[in-house]
This record gives sequence, C-alpha cells and structure tokens, in this order.
Amino acid sequence: MHSVVCIKQVPDVTEVKIDPETNTLVRVGVPSIVNPYDMNALEEALRLKDQYGGKVTVITMGPPMAEEILNKAVGHGADEGILLSDRAFAGADTLATSYVLSTAVAKISEEEKVDLIFCGKQAIDGDTAQVGPGIAARLKMPLLTYINGVQECDPEQNKIVVKRKVKSGYEITQTQMPAVITSNRDINDVRYETMPDLIKAARFKAKVWGNKELQLDQKQLGLNGSPTMVRDIFAPEEKQGGEKIHFNPDKPEETVDMIVNKLVPSVVVPN
Amino acid sequence: MEKFDAIVVGAGPAGLSAAYTLADNGLDVIVIERGDYPGAKNVMGGILYSEPTSQIFPDFWKEAPLERPIIEENYWLLTEGSVTKVGHRNEKFGEAPYNAFSVFRAHFDKWMGEEVKKKGGLVICETVVEDIIQKDGKVIGVSTGRTEGDIYANVVIVAEGVNSMLTQKALKMQKMNMKEDQLAVAVKEVIYLNEEKIEDRFALEKGFGATIEVIGDATKGMVGTAFIYTNKESISIGTGALMSQMIEKKISPNDLLEAFKSNPMVRPLIQGGETKEYAGHMIPEGGYNAMPKLYGNGVLVVGDSAQMVNGFHREGSNMAMISGKLAAETIVEASGKGDFSEKGLASYQSKLEESFIIKDLKKYKNASEYFDHNTELFSLYPELASDAMYNFFKVDGTPKKEMQKKMMREIFAKRSKTSLAKDMYNFWRVLV
Ligand SMILES: Cc1cc2nc3c(=O)[nH]c(=O)nc-3n(C[C@H](O)[C@H](O)[C@H](O)COP(=O)(O)OP(=O)(O)OC[C@H]3O[C@@H](n4cnc5c(N)ncnc54)[C@H](O)[C@@H]3O)c2cc1C
Repeated sequence: MHSVVCIKQVPDVTEVKIDPETNTLVRVGVPSIVNPYDMNALEEALRLKDQYGGKVTVITMGPPMAEEILNKAVGHGADEGILLSDRAFAGADTLATSYVLSTAVAKISEEEKVDLIFCGKQAIDGDTAQVGPGIAARLKMPLLTYINGVQECDPEQNKIVVKRKVKSGYEITQTQMPAVITSNRDINDVRYETMPDLIKAARFKAKVWGNKELQLDQKQLGLNGSPTMVRDIFAPEEKQGGEKIHFNPDKPEETVDMIVNKLVPSVVVPN
Repeated sequence: MEKFDAIVVGAGPAGLSAAYTLADNGLDVIVIERGDYPGAKNVMGGILYSEPTSQIFPDFWKEAPLERPIIEENYWLLTEGSVTKVGHRNEKFGEAPYNAFSVFRAHFDKWMGEEVKKKGGLVICETVVEDIIQKDGKVIGVSTGRTEGDIYANVVIVAEGVNSMLTQKALKMQKMNMKEDQLAVAVKEVIYLNEEKIEDRFALEKGFGATIEVIGDATKGMVGTAFIYTNKESISIGTGALMSQMIEKKISPNDLLEAFKSNPMVRPLIQGGETKEYAGHMIPEGGYNAMPKLYGNGVLVVGDSAQMVNGFHREGSNMAMISGKLAAETIVEASGKGDFSEKGLASYQSKLEESFIIKDLKKYKNASEYFDHNTELFSLYPELASDAMYNFFKVDGTPKKEMQKKMMREIFAKRSKTSLAKDMYNFWRVLV
C-alpha cells in the first residue's frame, strides 16, 4: 500500500480576524497550522499502513516555510515528504493547485505505484473543497469525498470500502484503487507522536520539487492558470437563534403535536 | 535506542544558549520543551541585554525579532499621588552594539530555537520531561511523556526554569519546596498602543525605547518592583513582589497590577491602550544562598533552575544565557577527555565563580532576606523622597533656610536620625 497525502499549511483561523474594511483575513502574526482535515486524512492513511504495511508520502504545495508541516507529518509517522515549491506556483487557485499536485502524484507513482491519494475535505482558509476532486479528475481516478473512515481495504484485489457522509446519513461505498479520498474532520483521533518519530522528524529534510522537476505548462500555473475571480467578500450574517417552542406542562400533547407538525414536513423525521 | 552527546531540558534562554554552543561545537544535542514552541509559555518583562546575548549569538540584533533598543532607563519612587524620578538617557545606547532591547520571549526564544536547529541541534516541543534516568549514581538520560520516550545522553543540562521540579525531586540537587521569601510572584500585561503614541508619551525618537522601574506604592510597601517597558506597538507593564509578603498582606498579584495601572502617575502612559496579553510567572529571588548543587555525575543545572537572578538589577536572562554557555563549554571540554563524571564537570563551578554570575549573586546574597525583614526602602523612602522634593520645589514664600529645616524635621519625624543612619549603612552593605 502506498498512500500519498496532500496537506496544506493554513493560518489558524481560530486566531484570525476579518479586516472590517476590506473583508479579507488579517494574517499578520497569526500562527500557521496544518489544515485540520488533512491531519485526519493523514491519520487514516497511517492506519492503513499500520494494518497493511507499505508507505505514506506527504506532499504540499507552498512557500519554503511550508516545509515545517512536512516535518510535522513525518513526526506522526509519514515516511517521505515532498515540498512543491516554485515562484511560478504562487497565486494558484484550486484549478492550478490540483494541476501541480496531480502532476506530482503521477511522478511519485512512476517511482513507486500509488494506491490511494488522500486529501482533507477542504482547507479552512478557503473552504472550497475543490482540490481533491480536481486531482481525481486530472488523474482519471474514482473519487470518494467526505469519507468518515476506511472500512475495508484489499490491496490484493485493489478494492477499498469507505463510509461516506451524505445529506441524510451515511453511505458505504466500494471502489477500485487507485482512488482519491477526501476526508472529514474528527473522524479519527490523530495520534500522539512517538519520541523516535519526533526525532526522525527533527532531522528530516524534505525533497523540494519545483517546475524544473515537474515540467509543467506555464500557462496553467500560478496566477496565469487561475481563472477564479473573487467578486465580493463579505462576512456572513450572524445566525439568529432558532424558534423557541413554549412547553405547557398542563397540556403536554399540545406541545408534542406542535413539534411533530414542525418536524414532519422537514427532512429530519421521514413521514 | 538514541544516544546523544547532550540532552537539554527546557527551551528558555539558558537551555537554548547551551544547546546552541554545543551544536556549534559539533556535538549532537537535543532540546526537550513542553511548550508548543520555544518561548510559548515563557514570561519576562522583558529587557534583553546586548553584550551577554552577543557572546552566544554574535550580531543577533541584525536578525533577531526585537522590539526597541533601550536608550533611556528610569527609576521611579512612587507614592499614591506623587513620583520622584531619576533616569539616564544616552545616545550611545542607541548605537550598535546597543545596550539592551525590549523583547517578547515568544518571538525571541523561538528565534533562538531556529538558530539551534540551523547548527544541527534538535528541538522537540510539546514534550514534558517527566523524570531523569539514573544508573549507578550517574545521570544517563531523561524519560518523557511520549511512547518510547526515553532518550539517553552523556550529559543532561537541566534548564527547566524557576519551578525546578527535576532539580528538586528527581536529582535532589535543590531543597524540596523553596521558601516563600525566595520566590517573587510577578504578573504582566501587554497593552497595545500605536507607535506614535508610545513615542510621544515617552518622548522617544522613532523606533527607540525606554524603561521605568518603580519602587514604592507600586508594591503597596511590599518588597518588589513594578516596571513599564516600551515595545514597538505596545507597552509591557507589570508588578512583582516576594511571595512571603503577598501571603502576609493577602494581596493578590492581579489586584496589585490593577492598582499600579490606575495610579495617576502611571495611568496617562497607558491610557486608551488595549490589553492583549496577561501572564503570571515566578522569579527566583533566593540568590546565592538558595543555589542548588550546580553539577553532578552527568548533569549540570543552569539559569533560573539554579536561582541565577539578580532581582535588583532586573537581570535573569543574561545569567541564564551565560550559564548555559559555560555549561556547554564544560561539556565540550569533558567530551575531549571522555569524562562526564562529577569530577569531569567540576570546572562548570569554577567558570561560574570567575564570571559575573556568582560574583554578582554573592554581592547581593543577603538583599532579599534583609528587605523581607526591613521593608523601609519600599514604603517609607518613597514617601520621604516625595516630602523632600515637594518642599524643595514648592514656592510659598517660606525662606529657603526655614524650608530646609522643615524638610529635615518632617523626615526625622518619620524616621529617627539613628534609624536613618542604620538604614543607609544597611542599604550600603547589602547593595553596594
Ligand atoms: C515578569 C518577569 C519579568 C522579568 N523581566 C526580566 C527582564 O526584563 N530582564 C531579564 O533579564 N530577566 C527578566 N526576568 C527573568 C527571566 O525571565 C529569567 O531569568 C529567564 O527566563 C530564565 O531563563 P531560563 O532559561 O533559566 O528559564 P525559563 O525561561 O523559565 O525556561 C525554562 C523552560 O523550560 C521548560 N520546561 C520546564 N520544565 C520542563 C519539563 N519538565 N520538560 C520540558 N520542558 C520544561 C519551560 O516550558 C520553559 O520553556 C523576568 C521574569 C519575570 C517572571
């Protein structure tokens, strides 16, 4: 089993403020973290390695300082880390990002066949959830989004069964490997690093691949390759509290009726 | 099983200076820190001194994250409604190599950590050293709270700071439970103000900084001081006093700081600012008399864990860094001989004795205890200074000769001539 996990360095949005004038994120002085969804994706990949053996490679596209998240991943037990970094990559949207990542995965697979590609469901700084699907489309692989865990994996038969979160519940889906998986958050407990892994991580030097190594089409890179235009950014309206139903202790049936009448037309309680 | 040349417990100025010096000499060193990153939990006023820092990190001011070079230092004797000031501003302090800088430890310690890594040292964070591993009376490693968490080394440097649990419990090099008059409790706030406001209020040229150390009402007569330091876009303000006195007077550190901030002499400096950080920490005040055993079989103790703070001169980080460096140099020499026994490491003590560290700590060795029992400097003297200055500056038609007599009368009414003479002698004896 060889899994590639795509991870991203993001500002810790719990400490980010919105500039009220420009509506953009104020990033100065905000600590960087690994996108939390990606940590759960990595953990899922590491569990497959624990069970079936093999290897976990992490990749990230970002500036040189993003190397630190690869070290973090190695501290958790990843075997290899590659930083995809080049000035030409800067300013990429999800389209250009998935182009770079998928090319890198293809190159990794030439050296050592890749069975699974993991991504977080989305990155907390953009919340687009498009990069995973973009990689799958470019590599023409089956795509399993929003998974809540791998249920079975059969490396011999190239089969994988996952549990996916869908609108009204869960779905168990099987597909053929190689496949792309995007992971939900908090689906597993991210492991506490062991001392030997941390020491390995502290010594770890990531490989760096730029455009020289990846031989990409300049037109599809960075700002040039990013058709996304931001029309407007605004702070969402604050959610109002829901409707409150008054409970009348003398006539409980009345309250129950009221609740049932509200719930049945909605999808919460099937009729 | 990993074995290093040296393990350093704690990534403060002491531990990181030791690690840097070791790595720079080609030794394989690992630093273990419990915080998220070096400096994450560390508290200091914080004034960092240039000369000792550059002994370890030459020309550090060119790259390190610093706030403002300090060009002016002040002492204030504060009462509830008055202040008597002495200070010194000097242009020389504003030129390289500078004298001191205001810093944030969260930034500065992190930077030192990166420098250690650049030299090949390992820095492992979010990991607590729970115990010291000893075999046949010799320290051989540490155990951490992690899976497969034991690591081994020829020497362990304990740089765990003031709350020296390992030095006390695991190593028994320090007495258990420090006495309450050997510790000060300090609290600090960082209040944000824009740069121009700070420069206006402290009459500073762009980018430069000033400090104020305050004695008197700031500590409600307890043995301690308060401080106000300028950062780039904020002011660090704090108070600290001996724990014994806080307990005796039942004053909480927080109330003390609030009272200080609302003193009319202080309020205008911080007015309109927004408090963004609040931190509390202990400061070792036991000095020379409270120092632990500094070296043993395979182990050295540095910085605050070894009580190396000179409270009267607000110096701790410099002693921490230089002790770290001296410990590292001791280990480099011991590595040459392959002898990490107590005897092999004994030169650490003599290096400290020759340095300013033990000389200064010896000089002030009775100060904390003396003031704990004679708090006049912190209560009466600011009042006396205020009375004297008030009469000196007040113009009300009193002939000068009479005014001077009145001044002396008022002073002697508060403290007799013999007591004053005794105080002067004692201050002289413990401080000079
Ligand atoms: C409010 C205040 C103001 C001060 N102002 C000044 C000033 O202006 N100038 C000055 O020079 N000094 C000042 N000092 C003193 C100065 O902060 C200290 O002397 C200095 O920090 C000592 O450095 P150290 O490395 O020995 O300890 P610390 O800086 O305390 O570092 C110890 C480190 O060890 C870690 N640690 C502890 N136990 C463990 C463990 N078991 N496992 C892993 N990690 C552990 C801690 O997390 C910490 O990072 C001030 C102190 C205070 C509290």
